[in-house]
Parts: sequence; structure tokens; C-alpha cells
Amino acid sequence: MNPKLTRRRFIKGVIASGAAATSTTIWYAANGAAKPPGAVERLIRINVNGQARSVDVASQETLASTLRYKLGLTGTKLGCNRGECGACTVLVNDVPSYACSVLTHSVKNMRVETVEGLESANGDLHPVQQAFVDELSPQCGYCTPGQVMSAVGLLRSNPNPTREEARQGMAGNICRCGSYDSYLNGVMRAAQIG
Amino acid sequence: MAYMHIGKDFVPPDVPGKVTGRIKYAEDYARDGMVYARLLTSPVPHGRVVDIDASEALAMDGVFGILTADDVYPDGEPQSPGLKVLTNEPTLMGEPILAVAAIDEKTAENAMAAISLTIERLPFVLDPLDSLAEGGSDAYNGGNTFIFRQGFAEEKWTADQVESFKSGNEPTAEAQQSWEYGDLEAGFAAADFVHETTFSTAGYPHMSMEPRSAMAYWENGKCYLHGTSQSLSAIAEPMAAIVGVPLEDFVFINEATGGGFGQRARAGSIPSMAIPAKLSQKINRPVMMRVSREEEFTIGGARQGLQGWIKVGFKSDGTMSAMDMYCISDNGGKGGGGDANSAAAGVSALYQTEAMRFRNTSIGTNTGHRGAQRGPGENQIMAIVAPIMDKAAEELGVDRLEIRKLNAAQNGDVSGPRNTPFTSAYMPEALEQGAAQFDWEGKKGRSRQTNGSKVRGLGIGQGYHNAGRSGMDGIIRLMPSGRLQIHNGVGNLGTYSYASTSRAAAEVLKMEWENCDVVTGRTDRHLPITSPQDGSNSIFTNTRTCYGAAQDLLGKMKEIAAMDLGGVAADYEIDGSRIYQIADSNVGMTYAEVAQRGMELGGKFTGEAELPEELNTLTALSVSRLAGSALMGIYHDPRHNNNPPGFTVTFLEIELDTETGKFDILDLVTIAECGTVVHPQGLANQLRGGAVWGIGLSALERHLYDPQNGLPASSGFWQSKIPTYLDTPAEIGTGWVDLPDPENPVGARGIGEPSMGAVSAALNAAISDALGGHLFDSAPVTTDMIINHIAGVSEEAKPLAQNNFRG
Ligand code: FES
Ligand code: FES
Repeated sequence: MNPKLTRRRFIKGVIASGAAATSTTIWYAANGAAKPPGAVERLIRINVNGQARSVDVASQETLASTLRYKLGLTGTKLGCNRGECGACTVLVNDVPSYACSVLTHSVKNMRVETVEGLESANGDLHPVQQAFVDELSPQCGYCTPGQVMSAVGLLRSNPNPTREEARQGMAGNICRCGSYDSYLNGVMRAAQIG
Repeated sequence: MAYMHIGKDFVPPDVPGKVTGRIKYAEDYARDGMVYARLLTSPVPHGRVVDIDASEALAMDGVFGILTADDVYPDGEPQSPGLKVLTNEPTLMGEPILAVAAIDEKTAENAMAAISLTIERLPFVLDPLDSLAEGGSDAYNGGNTFIFRQGFAEEKWTADQVESFKSGNEPTAEAQQSWEYGDLEAGFAAADFVHETTFSTAGYPHMSMEPRSAMAYWENGKCYLHGTSQSLSAIAEPMAAIVGVPLEDFVFINEATGGGFGQRARAGSIPSMAIPAKLSQKINRPVMMRVSREEEFTIGGARQGLQGWIKVGFKSDGTMSAMDMYCISDNGGKGGGGDANSAAAGVSALYQTEAMRFRNTSIGTNTGHRGAQRGPGENQIMAIVAPIMDKAAEELGVDRLEIRKLNAAQNGDVSGPRNTPFTSAYMPEALEQGAAQFDWEGKKGRSRQTNGSKVRGLGIGQGYHNAGRSGMDGIIRLMPSGRLQIHNGVGNLGTYSYASTSRAAAEVLKMEWENCDVVTGRTDRHLPITSPQDGSNSIFTNTRTCYGAAQDLLGKMKEIAAMDLGGVAADYEIDGSRIYQIADSNVGMTYAEVAQRGMELGGKFTGEAELPEELNTLTALSVSRLAGSALMGIYHDPRHNNNPPGFTVTFLEIELDTETGKFDILDLVTIAECGTVVHPQGLANQLRGGAVWGIGLSALERHLYDPQNGLPASSGFWQSKIPTYLDTPAEIGTGWVDLPDPENPVGARGIGEPSMGAVSAALNAAISDALGGHLFDSAPVTTDMIINHIAGVSEEAKPLAQNNFRG
């Protein structure tokens, strides 16, 4: 180790670079038509809601950014953009994943499902969506798309959860309105009707 | 009373959009040619901008311009507390100093890196008591407090006075604010049990799920602002003033808001929305300003912390005969709020204290933008007082439920310094209902029962908030198609009251809900004024206006029917979207026909004449733009009398592990006493959501700042410890008393805020119970405090500490 690089300085350096990484995510998040100087985008294919989509993606671009700002799928919300809240939850190959913390490159050729892809062709709501309506699960609704996707993922892997299993399964999604109980009612109802 | 809509569940029109992701929040919009703004924020907790050199940044490709405080305030920044749009005098780490607009966010960030900002560091302070002590730093330029009509000032105590307070004694300094009623001395003289203590309650951030992103553009001289607010029409006029545009040229668009909790009710607490509006005006392009979680933490509001001293006296039968309260309120970096005053008024309302004195001094710190947060004051203090009630009950040999019933507010009671009567009050009924639903009699024997390392604790909590306003306006329109359009200016932050209050109009007109449209979401849909949607007021305030507007419309319909079909208005009745003669129901008109006839007649029938004189500016503007379009009901609501309370009661049982200090909530039942229930599912959601917030207040949430540099350490969801699924019970029992209030036409009062206070109170009481009646005199009571107490380590290493760990 560089003798001048004291432990304290080293820690400060790590913290600083961590902060820079967070900012980079934000820089790219609303990366519209123009390409920022120095950013190299590559054309990749991802399968979103059953459709193959070709999209130019920067190497450090998150899936949430691609979905929201390049594919116009704004149902996926950003509550924190740092893997804390679950508002951005989508399914990647059936697994609930924080889209703000997944690089789009890493889901190349995988199946991505967002809240926009759940309704049937004739416009019927998915059983989870219908159950959330019936139970009035959402309050402000900002966490709702993420809660819906976590519930869909949970019920695919465990179609008949106990309430406690549902609680554990949904635990990665924060709801600041505190509508947890109403969401759990929705999950349990969806399990019945699904 | 049998209602058609009131008290019935329905699907609020925005719910399908919430589960499908189709409903749009501000950040979901885009416009052709839209560019992006990023904020350069203060790197220090307190400073003064000396120089900004943006020449290099402005010369960069893709950079369109910057906005500074000098642009926003050409005559200088207002010398008052409160958030500024942008500032050269930051009093918070992370406070916005300037905004850069560029082709994308990366370019904007690169441009910011090229800006040379020279800032003078000023001394900062994190704990009000450190500032209060002689020689301590001041949070603001010009002092550590702000006195109404006088400006910034310095409030200092001697070191001895501060130390004496920290040691648990009554403060001796004169307070900035005070009130008193009853004979305090006699109250304490009559007391058989007196408890005196210092206490502290933590401040913590609102952390609404949606960051306060905003997008704005200008078209034909009009400013269109996509923003986020818990109010809708109430924001329009003050926000237009902040942007600097006449009200008639300002359109506020806000279909859904991702949480508010008190901090998005008024334009002054979300002035950052003006940044994209002003930048857009300057560079002539649509501007999107996305706000990050860290930025939301800084400017997104925080509850006031309280450091206080309290002395309570109880007579031998358990009557609360006297209370003396002295608070130091943490006003944070940008002003503050009235938490302490509300706390004292709340105690008076809930416990009917016979004599009371309240004193308060507010002191700034460079921590957060303090202001109203869900039940400001009441919800903190109930967590402190509930365990004291139990201590009194134990000492006096009175049952814990009985002591609450004895002091409970009922019809005819008054509260506060002005002896304001309640519009109605049924707290004893709520206590009885909660006790029955929870099975208090069956469970109370489990108090302090142990099982290995586990111990049970039971708690009863009560909540209160003044929950209703009046003096607002209503507009409804009966269209020639026969549909009813209910214009509602209430914001949509997730309570669904914009829809449920609209149903009061459908109720009056006996209309099927399918034939009604709620017109809301943007101010150019011509909305009536309503109160800011805070203070749990919407249900009370806006059922009054919607009901009144429908009565006005009904009167006009009867007048038209009498004019065309004979007789007088009183000869007519309505049902099934028809108006008909009571004597012969075959003689009548459909709603569509009466609306068409109204449009032919014009004048007062279509909002073109004989308007209520007192209509608010915004309502008058809306009516003028709607005039002639339909048969209209237009109403100005007179003031109501007295204090409409929202009351809650919670019964709660925990199991606390004495080895880890952690606890599980085994059972939680919470009961609302809020008049007639308008929307059961919505009410249940408020009770459940309030319960989660109450758990956060009493067990988890707090501000943490690094004392050396003033860095916030709780700027994310996890660090500020927002309750998750796993911190809250898997099921929360709810119920309601459902007795009508006479000051509201459908009998309703609000509940959103007290839904939290009863739970915070019950949880703190249950923790105290599990620990043999130990009083922490603190909120939150965290796991480390519990385990330190059990281990015999004093948790009071830093008595009354604010914005940091207490233990
Ligand atoms: S936005 Fe992805 S976890 Fe919060
Ligand atoms: S419904 Fe508002 S954050 Fe969950």
C-alpha cells in the first residue's frame, strides 16, 4: 500500500467512489436521444413482456432506466434507485428483481416482465391486480407496481402461500403508506382466485 | 340513516391505474424537446455562497442554462425561515443552490462538475440544546430562532440552565410561547400521584415513496407544471405566485401523488417544483427535474423533535387534575412547525386535563426541513403520556382501561386554552368497542407474563387530531347527457377522499355512481378551492362542499321542473335520475332533460349569474370558465362551529425477548371514532397505514447526523428505519364507532393522523408494561435502549439528545 495512503484516506476513497457510482446511475437514467460524450451504447435484445425488443444500451445502464426512459414503460417506478425499496421490482425469468440494481446488459436474452405485461389480451386484469383492486390494497400507489410484481413472482413459485409466507415473500417491498396488511389481503385473495 | 353511497365501498376511479402502472406521476411524463435539470446542492450544513463561476459549464455542448437564487430572487432572498426555491444561504447539507439544464442528466452532472462554487463555511449545530447554550452555534444567519413579525433572533440559556434541564429539572428560562387554563397549583395540590420527568421525541424524515420530481413547460404564455402535492386546487394560487405567473396562466397537473404525510400540502413546503418551471421559462424548453432519494431526504421534510419537561398530577380516582409542559422544539434548518403546541392541545383534548400550562421555545438546527408530519405533536406526545397513564393507574390502584375512560372526552366536553367544545365526541364508546374487539378482559392478565426469555406486554393507546375545516367551495355540473360531473380539488395522495367526498353529491341527487364522474387531476379542469389536504380535514371539509353544491343543483332542478310542469319547487321529489311531482310521479323530467332545459335558461342555472358572493378566487375563475356548459350547482360553505375531533383507540399485545431486546406485535386492534363512516375500505387503510407509522415512531425512526461534519446518515429508506412488512403485524384489526357528527351533513369527520397516535401510544405503553412499568420517556424506544435497560446499562448516556443516538 502506498505509504501516503493511510487507512483513513483509503476508506474515504472507497466512500467517494461509491458515491460516484450512485451518481452515474442517475446520469444515465434519463439519457434521452443524445449520447453523452464518451458513453458507448451497444444494441442488445431483451424480451420484455413477451416481445423481443432491440435497444441501444450503455454499459452501466440499469434495467429500470431502459424500461422507463427508452421503452416508455413508466409503470416501473423508482423510489430510491439504490436497491432499498422495491418500487422498481420486475420479473427476470420469473424472479422478482430490483430493476434499479440490475444492469440491462445482464438480462440480455432473458425474459423481463413488467406491470404493463400482466393484463390479458382482452384487457382483463391479472388475478393479483384484480385482487389488489378488490381489497383496495394501494394507497398512494407509488409502490404498487413493485408490490404487484413481487406478488406475481411469489405466487408463481408458491401458488398457495400461508399469510406468513406471503409476508416473508413480499418483505423486499417497502410501502411508506403502510398498506402492508391490505397488500397481504390482496395476495391471499389472488392465491384463491388465481 | 340509510344511505345509498355513504358507508359503502366502491372502486375509486384511479385504482385500476395504480395496479396496472398506467396512472402517471410527475416523473412519468415526457414532452418533445424536453431537457433535464440536475441540482447542485450545498456541501456543508451551513454556509454562504461567495461566488458561482459557471462560464465553463455554460460553454459545454448540450448545456442550455443554469438557474440560481439570484434568478429566482432578483431583489434578494426573503429573510424568513422556510424552504427557498434555491438559496445562496444554505442551512442544510444538500440544500439546492443552483440547477443546470442539459440535453441529458449526465451532461448536466458534467456541467455541474465544471462549475466553480465558492462557499464560506459557517458554524453549524445539530442539537437544539447545543445551540441554546451560551456560546453555542446558531443554525441560521442572524440567530437560532425566528420570532413572528420580528425576524431572526438569538435565544440563549446559561450553561447551568441547560445542564439543569438535561438533569431532569424544569427549565427556568422564560419561554417564547405559552398558554394556560385552570388553576394549575390547585390541580397539583389535589393530586395523589404526581409524575415529573424530562422526555425526548425524535425528529425523522417523511420519506414519501415518490421523490418530488417535477416537469414544466410553457405554451402560449401559460406555465404547465407536472408536480406532486397532497393538495390540488389549494396549491394553485401560492404555487403560481412562487413561479411568478398569474393564476389564470398557471396549470398544475397532478393526477397522483406518491405520498405526502403533511409535507406536500402547501406550496411553501414544495417550492422546488418552481425550479423546472423557471428554468423552462428561461431556456424556452420543457424541463424535467428528477429528484433523487438523497435530495428528497434533504428537502422532503421531517417531523419536529421535542425535548421537554412534563409534570402530571392525578387525583386518587385517576382524574388528570393538572399538567405542566415545557418543550424545546427542533425547528431544523428551514423554519419548523407547531408540534409542541399541538401536543399540549392534544393532551388536553384526549385526557380532559382539568388545569394545564404549556410553554415552548423553538430552536433551529442544521438538520432537515421540519414541518407538519402526520399528527404533528399529538402523535409524539401520546407515546410519552400513555406509559405515564399506566404508571398512575398502577400507583393509584385503578384499572388501566378505567383510568382512560374516566378521563375520556365525550359529547359536551371542551378542550384547549380556549375551552373549545367538540362538535361531538364518543371516546368512551371507542374504548369499550376496542376492549371488546381485543378481548381486554380476557387478555389483561397476560401482562408481564414470562415464558423463558420472553415477556408479554399490553398497551392501550389513544389518538386525537382536530379533523375538519370549512369555508371552501363546491362545483358540480349536470350534463345534458344526464351524467353528473363532480369537480373536486382534493389532492390524490392515496386516501381516496377526492372520490369518497364526491359521493356526498351523488348521495343528495340519488344518482348511481356509474353515472357520475369525478373531475380532478389538473387545475385546467376547473376545480373549486379546497383547504390544503392536511390536518385530516378532507372528509369533513369536502363532504360539506360536495353536499352543498348538490343541494344548490337540486334546488335549481326543482325550480326548473316547477317552471315547466307547474306547481312549486316543494312539489317535486327525485329518484332514479328523474325529477317528478310528489302527487303524480308520472309528471316529471329526466336528469338529462332538466339539464338541457337549464342550459336553455342560462343565467344562474349555468353559472352565469347570481353566484355565491364569497366564492374564492380560484373557484370564481373555474366557474367563469365553465359557465354556460351545463346546469351547475355552485356553493360556498359557511364556517362550522366548534372542534370536529378525530379520535382513535388502540389495544396492543407484544412479546419482548429480554435477550435481544426485540419484540413481536402479537395482536393489534385499532378503532376509529370519526363520525359516520364514508368509505370503509379507505378508513381501514388509514387505520392500518397509521398503525405502521405509529410503530415507526415508537420503535424505529429517527434522524442520525455525524456530529463532526453534520453529515446526514439516515438519508435512505433503510437508515431512517421505515417499517417494513416484517416490522409490522401480519394482520391489523380495525373497527369504528360510526356515530354521526352534527356539524357535517353526512355526519363525517377525518381520521388520517390520529390513526397513528393511538398506535404509537399503545406500543410505548406495551414496551413499558413488558419491562415492569419502566418509563423510557422517549420515542422511539429502540432495541438498543431496551437491551441496555435490561442489562442495567443506563440508556441515558446523552439525556435528551436530538438527531443522534440517545444511548
Ligand atoms: S427503486 Fe429500485 S429498490 Fe428502490
Ligand atoms: S401505497 Fe404509497 S408507498 Fe405503498
